[in-house]
Amino acid sequence: MSTSRYTDHLGRPLVAVTGIGVVSSLGSGVADNWRALTDGVSGIHSITRFPTEGLSTRIAGTVDFLDLPAENATERSHAMAAFAAEEALSGSGISSAFGGPLFLAAPPVEPEWSQRFALGDKAHPAAGEADAYRRFLDVLKDAPDLAFRESILFGAISERLADRFGTRGLPVTLSTACASGTTAIQLGVEAIRQGRADRALTLATDGSVNAESLIRFSLLSALSTQNDPPEKASKPFTKNRDGFVIAEGSAALVLESLEAAEARGAEILGLVTGCGEKADHFHRTRSSPDGGPAIAAVRAALEDAGLDETGIGYINAHGTSTPENDKMEYLTLSSVFGTALDTIPVSSNKSMIGHTLTAAGAIEAVFSLMTIRTGTVPPTINHETPDPAIPLDVVPNVKREASVSRVLSNSFGFGGQNACLVIAGEPA
Amino acid sequence: MSEAANDVVITGVGLVTAQGVGNDAHVALLTGSERDPHVDARTLAPYPVHPKPEIDWSQQIPRRGDQRQMGDWQRLGVYASGLALDDAGLKDDAEACAAMDMVIAAGGGERDQSVDSMIVDAAAERDDHDALVNEKLTSELRPTLFLAQLSNLLAGNISIVHKVTGSSRTFMGEEAAGISAVETAAARIRAGQSTQALVGGSLNAERADMLLLVEAASGAARGEWSPVWARENAAGGGIVLGSGGAFVILESRKSANARGATIHAHLSGVAGDRGARTPDRLAERMRRLAEETGALEADAPLVLSGASGLKDITRDERAILGDLFPHAPVRGYGSLTGHLIEPTFPLGIALAALALKANAAVAPFDAENEAPMRVPAKTAIVTTLGHVRGEGMAVLQAEDANG
Repeated sequence: MSTSRYTDHLGRPLVAVTGIGVVSSLGSGVADNWRALTDGVSGIHSITRFPTEGLSTRIAGTVDFLDLPAENATERSHAMAAFAAEEALSGSGISSAFGGPLFLAAPPVEPEWSQRFALGDKAHPAAGEADAYRRFLDVLKDAPDLAFRESILFGAISERLADRFGTRGLPVTLSTACASGTTAIQLGVEAIRQGRADRALTLATDGSVNAESLIRFSLLSALSTQNDPPEKASKPFTKNRDGFVIAEGSAALVLESLEAAEARGAEILGLVTGCGEKADHFHRTRSSPDGGPAIAAVRAALEDAGLDETGIGYINAHGTSTPENDKMEYLTLSSVFGTALDTIPVSSNKSMIGHTLTAAGAIEAVFSLMTIRTGTVPPTINHETPDPAIPLDVVPNVKREASVSRVLSNSFGFGGQNACLVIAGEPA
Repeated sequence: MSEAANDVVITGVGLVTAQGVGNDAHVALLTGSERDPHVDARTLAPYPVHPKPEIDWSQQIPRRGDQRQMGDWQRLGVYASGLALDDAGLKDDAEACAAMDMVIAAGGGERDQSVDSMIVDAAAERDDHDALVNEKLTSELRPTLFLAQLSNLLAGNISIVHKVTGSSRTFMGEEAAGISAVETAAARIRAGQSTQALVGGSLNAERADMLLLVEAASGAARGEWSPVWARENAAGGGIVLGSGGAFVILESRKSANARGATIHAHLSGVAGDRGARTPDRLAERMRRLAEETGALEADAPLVLSGASGLKDITRDERAILGDLFPHAPVRGYGSLTGHLIEPTFPLGIALAALALKANAAVAPFDAENEAPMRVPAKTAIVTTLGHVRGEGMAVLQAEDANG
């Protein structure tokens, strides 16, 4: 029978983190990433994956150091997720079949242009208006291509991970846009709190940077165009911020009920004590001007963790470096925390690793945990011209030593997605 | 079966399929005996498709601006979800919608086929393909189209149009997305973490770019339409896609009773799994799902199968259902609606809820391969086998069978 040591303020099982793994443009593995992140190193660089002439944005935080069986978003996303999961599981000391559910945040991928051109090469010439896909069908009718299909099935990544790591049941592949990583963790926390599982593998990955994804975000005026020098482009909360820098990465968290984790003698890295979410109905890409839904998401996370606004020691901001997000996030935080915000450091990992989209929430959850474990708050780099309308303590440019016991991590996305986590240190 | 406050009950159904718009059209399908598959053999010939029915979008998407911002995939989903909210009596309850959870099963959005074709055609004349992509996409792509393509923007549009904002989660992964969506929403209600959830998805099948996914592995049926159980020897791979949207409102019994809502059915069990598709392993998994959901204990159930018609797996499913539920009549609803991929499982649950509520002895959808039903069933079993992977099962009970 559970005792209060193992349950939270609402009598639910406490959820421990027992393993973490990360890949980003800064490198592979938690140790390398944390060292670079706390040293204020940027992973943003000029794009070499595809030619960028004629494009207004020519920089990104792509992950280019992986060996892939094929150059496409599915293979890249899979490879990063598998690396992060391997690291997290190895750290957690779980070496046999995982035996719990898998929650995977993955990008909604589409065929690469190279794949369309390959089909086009085999197809008969155009016979009418806009008939490329009809001609592709004719090609595939005579020469089916299972590898091509697997590269565009959304269930393909979790299928391979489920087999490799021995997760249980039907894996969930999800997308809540830029809040996806947070949602994956939230689903894992819920499964454990519901008693449906003692452990859950939560993963988020995004290796979907290609010319089209870059151009699409560019057409929405979402990306920074300050290409030179690349490492200076992502500058959250500054007056001259002009958009986010698209990036890639992956993170994994092994979640376990605290009771089960202690029973097997696992090292407890920390706890996920609160999850909050709230959707916005204002606009497809813009947040409600009053910040209402984001405020509600933050409050829901605090309430879920049994905290008030005095309970948070550090905020890992969504901090994308877009004019809109950073303004809205400040409005949100000042509304929730009031004057308490004066003494809470708020920094943006995206100033260094860019916006890893689907993966961001999980990567930032890992870094939030590392902040608590090491007593080091990572900086917001490129903070040279503060925005006077955003009077936050952004831990400008240089890391800070501080004892932090609870972190709020924010994620906000297109489609009205708002999700927040409260992450705490290991219980006394 | 005794009633509990956190029982998951279905209080709303919203359907759009080739068979029509709304519950009346689908109740008529379940209680009647006329069977017209509504197939369009021309648009994607040689591939048949079940087209969307005639729809007055403004009935559920009043603002033209909202309609313009969406592709048909999203319009179908926003429309069907509005019908479900209406049916549950929650459409105009702003407070309920603001607290309602939402789990959407979504695929990819719709490509701009003219832009893509323009680029592919130009590539035949040029070698610098990368530069071509940059040049054409920069000048030809409509910025808003991206938003019609993002998987989570069906949910986003439902939030905008119907103001459902308690939470918003989009699951992907073909048929498995729909299975997990129902499973996750039901688990939250059962655990007392949620009281009302809007669950479902949609598909616009009348597009060559959608069919690519299926035909890449020779999965699409060709030529003359036939029912799902009769495609093993027909031309092509067996799948006929269908346009439509399927949504249900899942609710705790306590909440439904407190507001005096009409309960269509009680969702007493739901589970999903995946693994190797050898006939033995598949049969083993389906038996485990049947045990876990309580399907094996069902007395004289109706089985609503979401079989896609894909060769081999559809034949295997039929054999497994025969072993697990030897006396149960089976109805392959995909014969008449087409295969909707992501919302296949929610569609089965919606049809099961309507059949139980209508106390219908459902006439065969395929007289040659489906046994008649003499009396209405009090229990319905819904199955979905993903066309590539993932399996799900649910059990629904008629309300008057409870208590």
